Order: sequence, then C-alpha cells, then structure tokens
Amino acid sequence: MERLVIETPEEGQQVLEQIGRRFKKRISASPLGLCPVDMLLNYLRICHAQSCGKCSPCRIGLWHLTEMLETIRNGTGDMETIDLIEKTADIIRVSADCAIGYEAANMVLEGMQGFRKDMEEHIKRGRCLYGIEQAIPCTAVCPAHVDVPGYISLVKAGRYKDAVRLIRKDNPFPAVCGYVCEHPCEKRCRRQMVDDSVNICGIKRYAVDHAGDIPVPQCAPATGKTVAVIGGGPGGLTAAYFLTVMGHEVTVYEQRHHLGGMLRYGIPDYRLPNDILDRDIQYILDTGVNVILNTNIGEDMSIDELKAKYDAVYMSIGAHDDKKLKLAGEDAPNVYSAVELLRAIGEDEAPNLKGKKVVVVGGGNVAMDATRSTLRLGASSVTCVYRRRIADMTALPEEIAEAQAEGVKIRTLLAPDHIELDKKTKRAKALWVQPQLISLIGQDGRTSVRKAEEKAFPIECDYIIVAIGQSIHSQPFEGSGLKLKHGVIAAESSSFVPGSGNVFAGGDAVSGPATVIRAVAAGKVAANNIDYFLGYNHVIKSGVEVPDPQMTNNPPCGRVNLTSQMIDNIEGNFDLVSIGMTPQGVKQECGRCLRCDHFGFGSFRGGRKIQW
Amino acid sequence: MVKLTINGLPVAVEDGTTIMEAAKAAGISIPHLCYLKGINDIGACRICSVEVEGELSLVPSCNTAVREGMKVTTNSARVRSACRTNLMLIMSQHEGRCSLCDRSGTCQLQKLTNDYDFFENLYVTDLPTDKDRMWVKDFPLIRDPAKCIKCMRCIQVCDKIQKLGVWELMSTGGRTRVDVSQHRSIDKAQCSLCGQCIVHCPVGALRERKDATKVMAALDDPEITTVVQIAPAVRTAWGEALDLPPDKATVNQLAGALKQMGFDYVFDTSFSADLTIMEEATEFLHRLQKGDLAKYPMFTSCCPAWIRFLKSRHPELVPQLSTAKSPQQMFGSVIKSYFAERIGVPPEKICCISVMPCVAKKAECDIPAMRDEYGVKDVDYVLTTREIIRMLRLSDITPDKVEEKPFDRIMGDYSGAGVIFGTTGGVMEAALRTASYMVTGKNPSTGAFGFVHAGKKFAEGEYPWQEATYTIGGSKIRVAVTSGLRNADRLCKALLRGQVKYDFVEVMACPTGCAGGGGQPFHRDDVERGATRGKVLRNLDEHMQMRFSHENPDIQRLYSEALGEPMSDAAEKLLHTDHESWQMPDEGEPQTPDIHVV
Repeated sequence: MERLVIETPEEGQQVLEQIGRRFKKRISASPLGLCPVDMLLNYLRICHAQSCGKCSPCRIGLWHLTEMLETIRNGTGDMETIDLIEKTADIIRVSADCAIGYEAANMVLEGMQGFRKDMEEHIKRGRCLYGIEQAIPCTAVCPAHVDVPGYISLVKAGRYKDAVRLIRKDNPFPAVCGYVCEHPCEKRCRRQMVDDSVNICGIKRYAVDHAGDIPVPQCAPATGKTVAVIGGGPGGLTAAYFLTVMGHEVTVYEQRHHLGGMLRYGIPDYRLPNDILDRDIQYILDTGVNVILNTNIGEDMSIDELKAKYDAVYMSIGAHDDKKLKLAGEDAPNVYSAVELLRAIGEDEAPNLKGKKVVVVGGGNVAMDATRSTLRLGASSVTCVYRRRIADMTALPEEIAEAQAEGVKIRTLLAPDHIELDKKTKRAKALWVQPQLISLIGQDGRTSVRKAEEKAFPIECDYIIVAIGQSIHSQPFEGSGLKLKHGVIAAESSSFVPGSGNVFAGGDAVSGPATVIRAVAAGKVAANNIDYFLGYNHVIKSGVEVPDPQMTNNPPCGRVNLTSQMIDNIEGNFDLVSIGMTPQGVKQECGRCLRCDHFGFGSFRGGRKIQW
Repeated sequence: MVKLTINGLPVAVEDGTTIMEAAKAAGISIPHLCYLKGINDIGACRICSVEVEGELSLVPSCNTAVREGMKVTTNSARVRSACRTNLMLIMSQHEGRCSLCDRSGTCQLQKLTNDYDFFENLYVTDLPTDKDRMWVKDFPLIRDPAKCIKCMRCIQVCDKIQKLGVWELMSTGGRTRVDVSQHRSIDKAQCSLCGQCIVHCPVGALRERKDATKVMAALDDPEITTVVQIAPAVRTAWGEALDLPPDKATVNQLAGALKQMGFDYVFDTSFSADLTIMEEATEFLHRLQKGDLAKYPMFTSCCPAWIRFLKSRHPELVPQLSTAKSPQQMFGSVIKSYFAERIGVPPEKICCISVMPCVAKKAECDIPAMRDEYGVKDVDYVLTTREIIRMLRLSDITPDKVEEKPFDRIMGDYSGAGVIFGTTGGVMEAALRTASYMVTGKNPSTGAFGFVHAGKKFAEGEYPWQEATYTIGGSKIRVAVTSGLRNADRLCKALLRGQVKYDFVEVMACPTGCAGGGGQPFHRDDVERGATRGKVLRNLDEHMQMRFSHENPDIQRLYSEALGEPMSDAAEKLLHTDHESWQMPDEGEPQTPDIHVV
C-alpha cells in the first residue's frame, strides 16, 4: 500500500503563486483606454494556458479562439471570423467539462457582445476605437481630476500650502476630501503593480492639516452676471466657489441653518469634525459668495422667481429623502431613517438612546454611520441587519471593520419581514427578520438572495433605524418644467437642464446618491459650463510649479495606513477616530508615488493639465 | 548654476537644464532618436539613457534635470549595452532597407546602428502588414508605418508648431502606432501639407510624393518643351546636401546645372514674385480704399499650406485672402500663355516644372482652378529641393564644376523684393515697397519697411507675431507678420474676436517661412536652419541693384505687351483665382479611402 506523505508545494509552483498574486493587482491597475480586443486575446491566452488538456473543447477550442481573435486584432480576419468565434465559443460553453473551459468561452462571448463595434473596426479598418487619453491613472479616475502626483510631490517637498492650492484648482474641498473622500483614485494607482496603492487620501489629509492659512485667490474682474445656487452642499459650494473666482456674483440658497449639506447633516463628526468642514466652507465664502440660509426654494421662493432674478441657476439639492422599507409599522415613533437620525445629530437634536437596544437596517456607508453614531448616543446594543453577506455590503471595508471594532453586531442574511408594535404604546418593539439563503449571481455581478427554509424570528429593540438608501426631494420643482427621469433631474452631461432656459443641475440630484468628490466634480463641470453660458471663457489655474520627480530608485515598500484612536468610553464621544500620518510616515508614503505625470505616457499625452 | 560631472568632466549649467543639454555644453553628444529640443522630450526611445551615480536604473538624459553634485556617465558598458539592445529592438520593427529610403545618409537611426557597429540583429523582424501600410493614392504626403519608430516627433510638431493634430498615437500595447488622428484617412485630415513632419522625422517614415520620374520623362520627350522655375528659398539650401560652399551654391549655378540636365528654359520664381507684388499691392490699395479691410485685414496668398489651413480652420476669413495667385502659379500661367506665344510652342507641349522648398505646392498646382480655359495646368509638376538634388545626382552632374548660367530671357529679371519672398516678412516688405511707390509715385528708401527689424515683437506669451504701423501717402497702414500655423491660428482668433486690428497680414505656414520649408534638404543634426537661410535672402536683397518689383524691366514689358496694368481684365484672368472654387474635405465619418500599399 502507498504510504501517505506531508505534501508541500514545489518551489516553482510557489513562485508561480506569488507571480499570480501580483499579476491580479497588475490587472486591476490597468490603464484606461486599452484595446479591448488585445486584452481579451491575452486574457484568453492565460485561460488556455490554464487548461489541463484533457478535453478537446478547451484544449483545442480555446487555442482556435485565440488564433481567430488574433486575426481580428490584427485586422486580417473578416466578419465571418466573428461568427465562427461566437459559434465555437458557444459550443465550448456547453460542452467543456470544467469551468476552465466553459468560463473562458463565456468570457469570450461577453467580449464579443460588449465590444463588437471595436471588433468590427479592427476588421474593416485595421484600427482600434480606443486609445489612452488620460495617462495619470489617479487623476483620470478622480471625478474632479485633481492633480494627485502634483500635490503628493509638493507634500514630499514640505510645500503643504502649495499642495492645497494645487488641489483647490479642481476641488475647493481639500480638507473634507482629506478626511472622507472615497478615494477612487487609489483603485487604479499604478503602484499596485509594485506592491500596493499609495495612500493618497491620507497624504491629502496631511497636507490640509499642515498647510495653515492660505489667502483666497484673486477673483477675475466682476462680470456683472448673477448666478443662484440652490443647495449649500459640496456640489453647490464648489460651483459657487469657481463661479465667484471667475468674477460672477453668486448667491447660495440653503434650506437649513448651516451650509455643508450632507457633509454636515449626513457625515458624523467622528469621521469629519465640524471645524474641518468649516475650514473649507470659510475659504469658499471668503472669495465673496453670498449666502441666504433657512430658505427653501420651492416653498419660500419659487424656482421661476430665481430663474427670472438670476442669469443662471444651479440646482444642487442633493438626495435628502429616505427610502422606505414599505413595511407596516414603519411610521411608528421609534422608527427613524438614517437621514433623519444623522440630520438630528447634526442639528444637536439627537434622541437619547442611553441604554437602548437599536437595530439598524442596511449595509451601506450610511448604515455604518448610523450604527457607529448610535453607539455614541449611548445605545447598549447596536445590531446591524443586512439581507446579504458582509462581502456584499456596499460600505467601505474599513468602515465595516471600524464599526465591528467599536462593538456593532452585524447580522447578515436577514431580511426585514415586519415590525412588531407594542399594542398599547404603538411603538415598535421588535423587528421580525426572515433568514435568507445566498443565491444566484445576476448579469450585473450582484449576488441575489432567496428566502431560506428557516422561520422568521424577532430581534427585540427599542429603536429601528432604516438605512437603505436616499432619494431626491424634487416635488417642489416638478411644476416648473424640470423633467425627472428615474427619480432624478434629467440634465445633460454639461449639467444644463434641457428646456429650462437657464437652469443647470448636478450632484446627487442628478446622479442619485453618490460621493463628495462626485458632487465636487459636478459643481466644477457646472461652473465651467455656466461661465460659458454667460458668455465667458474663464480659466482656472493654480500657478503652482510641481517639483521634479525622483529618478529611479523605488523598491517595493509597504503602504502607510492610518490608525484609529482607542476609544475607552464611546458614549458621547464624537471625537475624530482616525489618526493622521506622522511626518516620517507621510514622507515615506509620498516617496512611493510613481509620478505617472512624468514617467510613462504622462510625459507625452494626457499628462498634467495646468488649467481648465 | 548647478555643478555636476559628466564622464568625469566638471560641468556647470543653469538650474533646470537636462542632462542631455548639459552634456552637449560639455562637448559630449549623447545619442538620441526621439528627442527634439523644446518639442519632444518624452524619453520614448530610451537611446539617451545614461548612468547616474546612486540610481539603480538608467536615466533618460533628455528629460531628467541636472542636480547639484550629480555624477553622470554616458559611456559605461551598461549604458552602451542598453543603447545597443534598444537600438536592436527598434531596428527589429524598422524596415531597414536603407538604399530604398529617402533619408539614407541623413537618417539618425542609420547612423546610430552603424556607430554601434552591429550588422545583425538578435531579434526577429516584425513589420506591419500590407494592410497596415495602405495609404491614400497620390496624396502629396506619404507615410510608411514600416519605417516609423514611434518617436512621436511628427505628432508633436504637427500639434505644437502647426496646431493641426493630423497625427496621433493610436491603439495600445504592442499594436500602438502613429496614424492619422481621429480615425481619418489622410486626405480627410485637413493636413496643410506644410511638410514639417517630414523634415522632423528622424528616419524617413514620412516623405513627399516623388514626381521626379515624371519630370525626367518630360525631359526625355523630344516633343515637350520643359520650363523650370526655381523658388527663392531653394537657393539658400540646395548646396547644403551637395557639400557646396555657399559661394558656389548660387542660384545661377543651379540654373547652369538644370540647363545641363536638359531643361529647355530655366527661370527664377523671384520674377513672378515681382509680378505677384504688382497685383497684390494694387489689390491691397483697392481693397483698402473700398473699405473692404475695415473689419479684417487682407491676407497674403502665396503660401498654399496657409490657404489650406485657413479654408479648413477659419473659412469665414477666406474672403480676406488676396485673390492673387502665388508666384508659382502666376509663373505657370504666364508661361503657358504669353511665353508660349513668344516661343511659338502650344501650351500643351510645354511642361512647366517648379522647384520648391515646399510640399503643399504639389497640391496647389493640382487645384482645378489653376488651369487655363482649355484645361491646361499652369504648373505641371512640383519638385522639392530634395528631389532636385537627387535629380542632379542621378544626372551625373558635379554641381561645382558646372558653369553659372543666367536665367532665360524675357522673364529673366527679378528684384531683391522678389528674392525675399522666401523668408518671413519678405512678402509684406516687398508689397509695401511697391504699394508705397504706387501711392506716392516715389520709391521709398529701401529700408523703409525692413519688417523683420522694424516690426514690434511682442513679449513672450503675449502675441506670437510681429506688427508695425507705417505711413504711406498720409494714411496709416497696420500690418502684421507671422509664421507657423499655431501662431497663425492665434492671430486669426484674435482678429475674429476683435482683439487686434490690421490692414494687411502676411502668413507663412512653415516657421521662418519658405527658407525653413518642408521641402528643404534633410539634416541629421536637428538644427533648425530656416533663420540662417532667410538671412541669405535678406543679404542677396541688400546687395542687389534692383530692389523694387515695379522696376523689374521684364515685368514692365509683360504689362506693356500683354496685361496692360495690374488688376486689368487680362491680369485678373491670368493672375488671380477664386479661393472658394475648391473645398478642403470636411471632417466626417471614417471612410475606406482609395488606397494603395506604400
């Protein structure tokens, strides 16, 4: 009989594993605008190399697919080649023995559908429809196109003021974004090809924390044109800032007591302290933006009045309505929406949750904000209920981890079934939840759930907080000729609202609930187009010169992450949780930036834009 | 100042200087291919990589600034080995059939591979397919992707100097290539045909359409009378490629050589430049008087690349172009009428050839309106300076042994005013000399309109042109001069926005004018020679007896015998054109062009 042995992978296989892990990161850091046919061909080659070789569809079929795809890429194939690829891939899909084969075929079929136009361009004209237009990955994927390598190099040089001035060229909320930006820039950071993405957000925070006071920029000569901005959130204030700098007279109408929108009334203080937010807002106001608080457009004043009174109107009303569970009992007095709760905290009117049991429904960042805020309001237990798994949550992984570390219990695969009310008080006393089974994955890649066999059961609680999404409060504007599409304002990519005459719109109100940086980007786009609409072509630039890059030495080096405060007594403690980088840390982290503005395509095309 | 050492030599240069330029200052020439100072410093070819002490990898010297105390080595074994390998890689995708190449002898890649002493390549050859090499048939500008080394110079020159963006880097990965931008075919790309991409291509991937064979056939045909004209700027450059000292490379030396080659009649385009001045100056005064120039100025019309540019970019300004044909075309139409009659040869038996520093002239002579009423072309073939040099060589002519020959009669005289047509400001100056005479009846002093010296140069970043105001017969004339189409574009925009106001504007598409034209000889050293060549023309003008177009006796005779006076009906018919009679192709849907393999 054969004796058993302890199995250890061979060295060659171990090295291959290591290369594979790095390669996964490399793929996710692919530049934007690559030829999809070429990429698909080469993905397919990897698939073929993975084949064990046992079955013909995979061993031979995938090879033929690569050969045919290569003729398409090279422009030597014809339209019949496309047909044959599709036919062959379909057969491999249904006749391959294992996933190595049929999933490769599926990938090919998906590509044939997804970029068929490009395939035809290759065949008919020997050309590719794509090309690299924006060469600096972080700047390209940042919605506001902030000059990331530029400010990182300035921070490295200790020029914090210049760093912040450079950021403000594209984004007048450098401090806010240094604390709470979702940093899409880091997702495509080329440094991932070496080790891990640069901690861009953390570096920005260091810059704003150390820049000190910066004088406001000189505004262009007054144009005599007036613009009304509805909504004093990040998008509205961004538009107001740039338009004021361009020399227009801007008035912001805000329905609440303070400016900031969701930054003040949606994001808790422990993530974004008010003094940080106020720093950005004050800078914006110092340029000369007019503000009218406590005025609700649509109620106190109609949008038509604004349209008549101002040369242009920018609507950045955000998404402040909450989505409902649509369950009986949802209107009980102790059932809140997350928006209501966070707004109440922002207005210092938070309910007293001391010693209470709270259930939060939802799995997004707002749900995490609600759970962590609830803990701080003194709740004795906070349970987050989510119908899918933690991996399916839309909240940032670090937010989920922080919530759990602070004591939030996350219970997954539970769908709200009904709310049990106390017969006498008519207050909610339990949330009944129905266990779910994770199920099929849809075309969009999202995993669905279905009802599990287990019976529904109650989670007893004193409060229920619903955090399952927001929508825009647009009814007051519907009468004024503004069109809604799928519940958001229908605006063009220039942010102009067609048929409105002089109204532009952007931010959450147009895109649906999104992020700060997307609101800022929308405000920047609006400012640019409103300026043009008013008959001008003002240019925004920073005048900051960016230092030369390092030359070549840049060995792999770990990423400096921010750490969190140890919180001994969380009740009532809304202090900032995350701890910024140390001087030593930030210097090292800045040195990890590969300066894609200088190295690679950026020195030729799609590199630094010094103005817009 | 920054102090560093390069190959052990101490060097001190200004802060911000690149290693490449610092080395040059120290007499060390670092090899390079893609680098073009101020235009293309993108470190693409990696040939210029050097070693910097303390750095793990090599550093491109073209776009790395010097630092204090830096120790650079440009000729270590590692540098040489990297350069050699990168050269081999580039050569593996370059069709190195040098004898069949326009750039042979002036090719930077050819020189480098030779210097690096490699005669076989470790890497297999990988050239574009025939399909990738297809090109629009008979277009005056030809690109062969099999020679392109993707240095991007053409893209940068077309964009940064001419603002036309004809070329772009297309596709990604190993299939990345330079091609016509926006998926257009070249004939639809609104190319001005200035030819600046050709002279800045280091390897001969770009060239003009060769027409010498057709000219040779005409020379060999006993039935055909060949008439050749030599543009002013050609005399400044034709000797460069033949190693002739400047005093030997005169235009009459070239005339002698052309005669020896068998051309029946040899003329100087400076003659018809004088003719152009007669018409253009008269037209200017007419239009000025008529109030035609109240809003926008009259533009010179002798540069066909400028006309192509204006038609495609600012069509609303086309009516402001002078209707005068260019000197090349005026010459042709006079040859095929007045001259043909004098020598008793029917126009269709005359082959009219021009030697030009220009590529766009090849398109100009094909414009449908540039023919007589029987469809006979004014000018049949245009050869660039480079093509005529090649023809001289293949005709077994030793140019410095040839005898200088005068130009042929009845159109042989020319003035200094005609000669300076070949350099920026020259047309304006020549026109103002004669316009002034026409208004006052007296010749102005010859230096009165020395435009290049007198014109106001704007501060950097202000306006990229020169302007001057002159008083002619009591009225103030505001004029401006520029060269390079990016500059011209800014001038047009400023005019359209009403930011500036002129009466007369001269534009030449090539920087420094025709002397720096896209048809001039190639060099390997990337030195811009336009300005120096322009000085040759200025110098010739200064030393000429006759410096006014209206004093040219052959011009006077032409008017008295045939045309009457400038802008007469006869002159209008023969010497003027309608710039709106033909169209630049619109940008549009990509089309499958009429193609052939290069």
